[in-house]
Amino acid sequence: MLESSWPLLSLLIWLPILGGVVVLALGDDREELGRIVALGTAALTFLFSLGLITGFQSGTAAMQFVELRSWVEALNVNYHVGVDGISMPLVVLTTFSTLLVMIASWRRVTVKPAMFQACFLMLNGIMVGVFSALDAILFYVFFEVMLVPMFLLIGIWGGANRIYATIKFFLYTFIGSVMMLVALVYLQFQAGGSFHILDFYGLDLPLNAQIWLFLAFLLAFAIKVPMWPVHTWLPDAHVQAPTGGSVILAAIMLKIGGYGFVRFSLPVVPEASMTLDWLMIALSLIAVVYIGLVAMMQQDMKKLIAYSSIAHMGFVTLGFFVIFAIADRTGGSGMLLALEGGMVQMISHGFISAAMFLCVGVLYDRMHTREIADYGGVAHRMPVFAGFFVLFAMANAGLPGTSGFVGEFMVILAAFQANFWYAFAAATTLILGAAYTLWMVRRVMYGEVANDEVAKLEDVDRRELTVLAVLAAAVLWLGLYPAPLIEIMEPSLENLLEIVAAGL
Amino acid sequence: MKTIYLLIVLFPLVGALVAGLCGARIGREGAHWVTSLSVGISFVLSLIVLIGLIAGWVQPFNDTVYTWMVSEGIRFEIGFLVDNLSAMMMTVVTFVALMVHIYTIGYMSHDEENWPAGSLAGVNSYQRFFSYIALFTFAMLMLVMANNFLQLFFAWEAVGLVSYLLIGFWFNRPTAVFANLKAFLVNRGGDFGLLLGIGAVLLYFGSLDYVEVFAAAEADPDRTMSIFGGAEWKVVTVAGILLFIGAMGKSAQAPLHVWLPDSMEGPTPISALIHAATMVTAGIFLVARMSPLYELSEVALSFILVIGAFTAFFMGLIGLVQNDIKRVVAYSTLSQLGYMVVALGVSAYAAGVFHLMTHAFFKALLFLGAGSVIIAMHHKQDMREMGGLKAYMPVTYWTMLIGTLALIGFPGFSGFFSKDAIIEAVHASDRAGAGFAYPMVLLGVFVTALYSFRLFFMVFHGEGRMDHHTREHLQESPRVVTVPLILLAVPSVLIGLFTIGPMVFGGYFDGAIFVHRANDVLAHLGQDYSGPFGFIAHGFVTLPLYLAAAGVFTAWFLYLKRPDLPAVIQSRLRPLHAVLENKYGFDAFYIKGIAGGSRALGGFFSRVTDARLIDGVLVNGTAHSIGWVAGVLRRLQTGYLYHYAFAMIIGLVVMLTWFVFGAR
Repeated sequence: MLESSWPLLSLLIWLPILGGVVVLALGDDREELGRIVALGTAALTFLFSLGLITGFQSGTAAMQFVELRSWVEALNVNYHVGVDGISMPLVVLTTFSTLLVMIASWRRVTVKPAMFQACFLMLNGIMVGVFSALDAILFYVFFEVMLVPMFLLIGIWGGANRIYATIKFFLYTFIGSVMMLVALVYLQFQAGGSFHILDFYGLDLPLNAQIWLFLAFLLAFAIKVPMWPVHTWLPDAHVQAPTGGSVILAAIMLKIGGYGFVRFSLPVVPEASMTLDWLMIALSLIAVVYIGLVAMMQQDMKKLIAYSSIAHMGFVTLGFFVIFAIADRTGGSGMLLALEGGMVQMISHGFISAAMFLCVGVLYDRMHTREIADYGGVAHRMPVFAGFFVLFAMANAGLPGTSGFVGEFMVILAAFQANFWYAFAAATTLILGAAYTLWMVRRVMYGEVANDEVAKLEDVDRRELTVLAVLAAAVLWLGLYPAPLIEIMEPSLENLLEIVAAGL
Repeated sequence: MKTIYLLIVLFPLVGALVAGLCGARIGREGAHWVTSLSVGISFVLSLIVLIGLIAGWVQPFNDTVYTWMVSEGIRFEIGFLVDNLSAMMMTVVTFVALMVHIYTIGYMSHDEENWPAGSLAGVNSYQRFFSYIALFTFAMLMLVMANNFLQLFFAWEAVGLVSYLLIGFWFNRPTAVFANLKAFLVNRGGDFGLLLGIGAVLLYFGSLDYVEVFAAAEADPDRTMSIFGGAEWKVVTVAGILLFIGAMGKSAQAPLHVWLPDSMEGPTPISALIHAATMVTAGIFLVARMSPLYELSEVALSFILVIGAFTAFFMGLIGLVQNDIKRVVAYSTLSQLGYMVVALGVSAYAAGVFHLMTHAFFKALLFLGAGSVIIAMHHKQDMREMGGLKAYMPVTYWTMLIGTLALIGFPGFSGFFSKDAIIEAVHASDRAGAGFAYPMVLLGVFVTALYSFRLFFMVFHGEGRMDHHTREHLQESPRVVTVPLILLAVPSVLIGLFTIGPMVFGGYFDGAIFVHRANDVLAHLGQDYSGPFGFIAHGFVTLPLYLAAAGVFTAWFLYLKRPDLPAVIQSRLRPLHAVLENKYGFDAFYIKGIAGGSRALGGFFSRVTDARLIDGVLVNGTAHSIGWVAGVLRRLQTGYLYHYAFAMIIGLVVMLTWFVFGAR
């Protein structure tokens, strides 16, 4: 383990939380100052997080930037953080997305602006905490606390039906995580009193215990991802959430589910993962096909993108749990490709879903409707915006050269190594993804100018342009040159495979 | 050499970026100059490479440009393979692209008229169009220069993207945005096969690099895999058919052909460039490039043969009942692509690629000629409103005549050589399916001549049927339009004569295309080959020439001599006519069956499974059973809840800080 010379991760966790407190303290009266503090904090946090990339030692699976302090000594709970090739990219994605949201929502919110910004800053810190926690209880605390600001974001700044959506969101995710706490406590006993997550790896647990643990983790993480059939909270939450909330929800919070599977399910209970992999593969493929069909029929843009998120996250879980079937067939080659594909898909989906929701936000700010039927011919009025919209739509449809292609390509190729029909079902995304995304593009962007409201639309301003251009660059960069990201991840994922193999 | 190859692909890319991103600043002139020049440079460089390869002072090239990623030691790369096959493709692509760039200057010069008033998208549409066609040139070059399956797939989808953007270029037209979505989705259907084919290649041959894959396949050609239950299939057969499904999408082979006729909604220059000369031939190129793989599977080749033969004849038939000038040419393209595919199916890859090349010239010529007619007709495309244009448009008339003669296979013209080579090859082949293909391609010759001269007579001869206003303004198109026509007419006549020897019967493709000795029908035919003039002489004693003549005669009789007859025939053969009008029901099947079926299924899942079952029973059921929780939450929600929540966070912060930094 590589100790850190100065507490970079703590900085990334606590700086935004502290910034949030300051913004709250400044209150709505000193709105302008609060806004600057908020943006400055987000920008600083992002800049510091770049230190993770520059200081990261690739080629090793060890935890880096590790900080370890005792927290609750009586229970052997530690403040223990660190990142490896799996979590580091997710941490940077978090700070990146938060900064973009801060810019995108600049002066957009008039109701309780201080609290609005504080929520995002705190979420930023908490989510970095989730990704970097190495102590199970610390992880659990962050995992739970994360719900509060998001709950508030939807509940206060959400749409008309926000109360229903918040309660659904809260119940779903809360129920999921309670089970996980029980699992974590059980594991602590098995690990001889340690809450260190890495100590949970390689425990020699009987299969039936593993199965129970697996199901507990599954409930917690499947709801977050979300996987079919526990996905119905997501479309409602997205529809009601303000733009920024949707961006964070889609770009980061869903990833916590995927992260949980690689950090806990696979290495802690490998035997159960293998025993139940058929279930995970089935649910993933249902996400791709079934949800893809459902997405096609949505009339609300945000709902459509929400469903498309579920379909895309299906590739993440497929990549993670198809490895056992691959091993059966090939004896090992292809497993890493599957895991890497799932991870790349998470990062890529972070960029693309953020971009798609921001695009809908741009339209919503002008028209105050998300109904596809209220639009038509927008490209006549907003040609620059249309260019970005089509680019992101193509990325969402997995066009090569964009990030959306990379993960899906890897997972489909890997799935082929397990079973032709897995790849066959997964590859339907080529058609379904294009169908639901481009059909929306056609109805919103193309055609004659639909009505007087559309005829009055103004193209993107400089602030919106900046955000979209940055995301476009990210989408293209990952699509054209994914090698550096893979290089960062590979040792940690290789190590994960070794841990899994040793546990079988 | 790597630098030169990089320049060949990067020039059009840079041109596209400059015209696309700085279109407003550089203006119309700037945009067409930067793109035309960059494509022109690519053409000159490609030509130099081609000449060098033929003369021997350039060696075939196969190297990596950059490594896209490495996973588990498998390299996913971007790299070039430039040999005689790709150099020929590069030259044809850049030449036709250059012609189309020049032509576009004339064709799109009044594009602002195509946009509704107040449309900001119409302001720089001219520059945008040039940006797209230059981008297409880049993508197509990447496709033909690829040395691996990853890049192939990249470029494959990239040309599809540009095709989508260009079919829907006039996106205020509902028909255009219907057609581009249809084109993209049908092509995705093909790409589905292609992607799975690549999956099979990676699994069984352990690489994505062409040369390595061919070597691995050759080393173990009888390897099998199971797909349905216990039945074992040869890997090369499965991979070959899957890859060919991709080719069927791009090269519009039945039943994935339905997008191509609709793609005519796009501006005519791109119909010529993308939907006739280059992109749609990508599938032919793919199979020819993979010849070492396909040679290992008779089954895959028979499959290809039957699909091609069906397309060649039956799609040509539909061309007989079309009245839109571009759609006639589009169905002719489908039919000609079928001929190329047939050639691939009998292992006469060289003949297929040869026809690809001649077709690129004369079909681009025909489309651009049709475009010239459309300009004169003020963007009317219905042939029933044309007639007698010969008097007004001499250059268009003569160049179109040359293109039409080349298409029907008039002896000595380029299409004659390529089409006869294919028919002879099918005749000589004993592959399963050749017995079906031979009559199809023979009858196809008659049909081709009939619809081609039907078009020609309806447009240029007979009485003018246009309205008075249009007639008054009839005139020859400007020089930027006619010069490309003339430049394309030259190879349409001559290219076959000069290249049939080396390309079909000589060793031009040695090392690029591989044919198993036992399958090599072209080598067999080559024993009797005695130069192009001997080939022409031979043409006079075989059936195709007389079938073509019969077709021309029939067209003359029906559309010039007795123009009252077609209507009579149509009413007599009403059921048959209806079948052709409905294009055998393929469109209805896709729109009602597949698209409608998916929508119905999606609607059912959305309304019933998601909303009623999961939300209605599971979620809300749970919520009711713990209704008091919701009750509590609801009461707390009156404004105190977020105070409470923030108290929670702040409490946590204080607690953590205390433990971490305070309590040592």
